[in-house]
Amino acid sequence: MKFGIVVSEGPYTHQASDTAFNFAKAALENGHEVPRVFFYHDGVNVGTRLSIPPQDERNIQQQWTALGKEHNIDLVICIAAAQRRGLLDENEANRQGKDANNIADGFRISGLGQLIEMGIQTDRLMTFGD
Amino acid sequence: MSETVKKFLYVNRKAPYGTIYALEALEVVLIGAAFDQDVSMAFLDDGVFQLVKGQSTDGIGVKNFSPTFRALGDYEVTKLFVEQESLDERGLTADDLQEITYEDEDDDWEEKPSIRIVSRSEMSDVMADQDVVLSF
Amino acid sequence: MSTLHTVNKSPFSTQSLLSCLNHAKDGDAVLMIEDGVYGGAKGTGLADVVAGKAGSVSIFVLEGDIAARGIDPSRLIEGVTAVDYVGFVGLAAEHDRTQAWL
Repeated sequence: MKFGIVVSEGPYTHQASDTAFNFAKAALENGHEVPRVFFYHDGVNVGTRLSIPPQDERNIQQQWTALGKEHNIDLVICIAAAQRRGLLDENEANRQGKDANNIADGFRISGLGQLIEMGIQTDRLMTFGD
Repeated sequence: MSETVKKFLYVNRKAPYGTIYALEALEVVLIGAAFDQDVSMAFLDDGVFQLVKGQSTDGIGVKNFSPTFRALGDYEVTKLFVEQESLDERGLTADDLQEITYEDEDDDWEEKPSIRIVSRSEMSDVMADQDVVLSF
Repeated sequence: MSTLHTVNKSPFSTQSLLSCLNHAKDGDAVLMIEDGVYGGAKGTGLADVVAGKAGSVSIFVLEGDIAARGIDPSRLIEGVTAVDYVGFVGLAAEHDRTQAWL
């Protein structure tokens, strides 16, 4: 099966991202594909490289970056939701005249069309939110 | 844009303004319209509040996005299922909702209502008929 | 054709579980995850509602989430089964679509 995953709540505050991550890992370890994970609403905040969680806790962003690299997962952050919440890549920062960018390795910012496309191209769409 | 046509259902169960889910769900629907899929929207539980007419947001300093629902017809999103029991529980009737219409190109562009009030049981059937269900 | 419904909030804080059970059709599955697993425990105000639906709909709780919350499997409602993440994936594959009740 090809699973598309939506993470629609922010890291740490909600369990959504953790559940999504655990689901994705289990799916991949059991012969399924996870071609894309789409981050929407506060879920875009998963993709900041500036978070410093306590040493003895999981690092949600790094977990996703590593899983994404290992399994070639397209980690997509919705541009509209990202702009609202201040999650920028270098291009966006330059384009919008902001003095910094904060996107993490392995994530890319793109449009809502990627979510619809994911719905069309995968067999099952899973939503993890609140 | 794509050969495959799937049935997409956008499920709305939350009230407007207290959280962003209603607004950002609508943004998905509008962008998604370009993909020519078979789109329906479901409004149940507190989601029915999103369609109530007479919203005026000057006093809270946020944008009133309720007029956007009236544009859905132009995007060929013409199936807005609203649950009767959810309305009843909240003391609402069809008259409390905005008038949202579309022009039926297969019927001489006659203006028809996009809101279809359905029973809980019919709403279950609508949900069970979909390929992709997005919840906000 | 059937649906896997997921419920992630406690039924004592929101209506999501109740609404989900009211819309689930015979042959569907309901999986309680995260704080939703509290809905799977015996002796609560809505245990009867859940038990009643467990005849026509398969009801599950996510193992990791009940363990995290100190809910022993022996305290689950009759007819509610605990599954792990592999089981979760299996349910999602088995049913034709997944609907999240947030």
